[in-house]
Amino acid sequence: MDSKLFNLPFALKITVGFILTLWCLIAIFPLLWIILMSIKLPVDSFASNPLEVILGPATKGQVGGLSVLSIFFFSIALLIIYFFYRLRLVFFFYLRSLFKNSIISFFLSLVIYIFLFYFLFFIAQNNISFYFNLIVLKTYLPNFLSNPIIGFTSQHYVSVWFDNEFYKQFLNTMMVTAGVVSISLTVGTLAGYGLARSNSMIAFWLLILALIFRALPHSVLVTGYLEPFIEYGLYGKKTAVIILLVAINQPFTIWMLRSFFMNIPQDLDEAAQIDGCNPFQAFWKVIMPLMWPGVITTGLFSFLLAYNDYLVAALLLDGQSQTMVPAIMQYFNMETKMTDLVEAIAAAASITAPLFLLVLFFQKQIVSGLTQGAVKG
Amino acid sequence: MGVINLMKKSTFLVFTMPSFLMMVFFIAAPLLIVIVQSFQFNQDVLQTIEREKCDPFGCKTEIVTVPLLDTDGKKIKNNQWVGFQNYSNILKFDQLSNIVSEKGFSWKDIRSIDFYKALRFTLTFTFLTLPFILILGLCLALCVNALFNKLKGPVIFITLLPFIITPVIGALSIKWLFIGDGILTSFLEYLLDKDIAIFSSSWSIEILMLFYRVWHTTPFAFVIFYAALQTVDKEKIEASFVDGANRFQRLRYIIIPHILPLIVFVSLIHLMDAYRVFDEIVGFSASGYITSLQWMTYDYLKLDDAGNRYIGRASATSILTMIGIVIILIPIVKKTFKDQKERQQ
Repeated sequence: MDSKLFNLPFALKITVGFILTLWCLIAIFPLLWIILMSIKLPVDSFASNPLEVILGPATKGQVGGLSVLSIFFFSIALLIIYFFYRLRLVFFFYLRSLFKNSIISFFLSLVIYIFLFYFLFFIAQNNISFYFNLIVLKTYLPNFLSNPIIGFTSQHYVSVWFDNEFYKQFLNTMMVTAGVVSISLTVGTLAGYGLARSNSMIAFWLLILALIFRALPHSVLVTGYLEPFIEYGLYGKKTAVIILLVAINQPFTIWMLRSFFMNIPQDLDEAAQIDGCNPFQAFWKVIMPLMWPGVITTGLFSFLLAYNDYLVAALLLDGQSQTMVPAIMQYFNMETKMTDLVEAIAAAASITAPLFLLVLFFQKQIVSGLTQGAVKG
Repeated sequence: MGVINLMKKSTFLVFTMPSFLMMVFFIAAPLLIVIVQSFQFNQDVLQTIEREKCDPFGCKTEIVTVPLLDTDGKKIKNNQWVGFQNYSNILKFDQLSNIVSEKGFSWKDIRSIDFYKALRFTLTFTFLTLPFILILGLCLALCVNALFNKLKGPVIFITLLPFIITPVIGALSIKWLFIGDGILTSFLEYLLDKDIAIFSSSWSIEILMLFYRVWHTTPFAFVIFYAALQTVDKEKIEASFVDGANRFQRLRYIIIPHILPLIVFVSLIHLMDAYRVFDEIVGFSASGYITSLQWMTYDYLKLDDAGNRYIGRASATSILTMIGIVIILIPIVKKTFKDQKERQQ
């Protein structure tokens, strides 16, 4: 782009900078704030003075906190994470050469990343600062470096995940999301390919029908199926939630996958068929290897839908089979003490962590997924 | 179009059949069930029995009502055709006409009927947030477009967060800034020098909910507009420089016409999503003050204290909600079709 043409006058530059800074603050502040509240004792979390929430004097006094040195270590841990992030494809390619299978290696590398992240953040952080403080005491470094300056406690996370067995809800959510993502991708990829390679009237009307279904309020589907589900014993089972979420997701999935398939030239199908493939072989051996970016992107959005769902799970599941989001809301409704409240906040903060990671690793895919539907639709 | 119809009809059907069947069975079928249910009244068959209840101070008999069970231990249901009774229970036309004939069109009284209260909020919510999202999204897209390349990535990352975050949790995180003596409430109290309780009046909760939705959806509009800005015809922009157009004129006459189809697209998606507003009400625990149409359905479907679900009423509200979204979308879809036809000719 000709930079001279697009140079902004100084005043406009300032405005742009101001708008973007303000927006970034508004976008990230509420999320950072709940994370901050979750690592403080209730006294500090609910203090009306923001400085107390940030520094946490009571937490520092009663539990301890982070010293300059541990913050230093913390940032080194973050740098390591960033380094892994820059190398994010290495694991994937290595695992793929091991397993010869893109899907397995993709999920394995994802698991490795999530594990690394939690390891560095919650386990290593405590140990490192412990050993480091030991070294500091032995070597007589100045006190101001090793004394805690910011209150920090991970006790709410521990009591939510282990004492209150939040990991069960986590597993439930994971089962539901895995089911939704795999089924909607399998069904959706076939349909998306068919729709992209046909311009018959049926294809057109199928797409319009999908668009209409996209507009349906989700509660309609639950209302229709609540009675039959209760009747046939599916109520309270994760299968019921998976079925409904796949159905809700299907219109969106086929639209998005169709637009990705349309980017793959039709000449390839023709060439494959001339070489003697039948349509299914052409689809599986020639087109699908090129489709993985599209499938991953669509899978991301299916994951988000299932992971973020409240309505369906709250109506169809209860007790032990509940997923994370409704379970957190139940916490908030049951809460009696301030500690319970902070625990609920810790639960809320910890379910956003995987989403943070998702954006970090898949920013490009998310952007491309969002724009695909718009440009081709 | 240049697309050769490569795929045979039979192959096409095989590929699309699973998805089609899925939509028929799990979307179209429940839709039919809902329509049928909305004309039915569905109740457990009850019986009254005498039961002896004992506590440490002695025994006494009491009369209780319990659902009648069949041999499998399931509750026996009694489905009755009631015509439009479910609908009239929700719409309450007689009450409405009473109010209108007595006091004229007084909103204060009409608001006492749940359905109209929910309808009012849903519509306000859907349409009031739309311009904010479009303008803010476009503004951000223009700003990021003018940014150095190095900063674009991190800014897009932060921008995407509100969109990706679980809606209920996002709403909660904003609620926590304002609840009780939350920091923003204390800040407002400090600024205005008076006591503020955001969560004790419905209008302030409503403003927060509108704010939340703008916060949540703007990134979506931003991403779409930003992608569209990359495809603006550069020659046109250069030509506009030669013709001496200023920045605003360029925006008005080149950029906005270029992204107009996408503005329609974003509006369409936003209208669909905002109309089924539900997560905000859960996140802000606002159901005591504000409800939406989808919330009403949810509320009827939840077990109440007596252990009943009002399936019939839930179905009727579902149908009414659906009719609403169809009415909202018809003009946009009609216009898109018209444009499409004009372009083809």
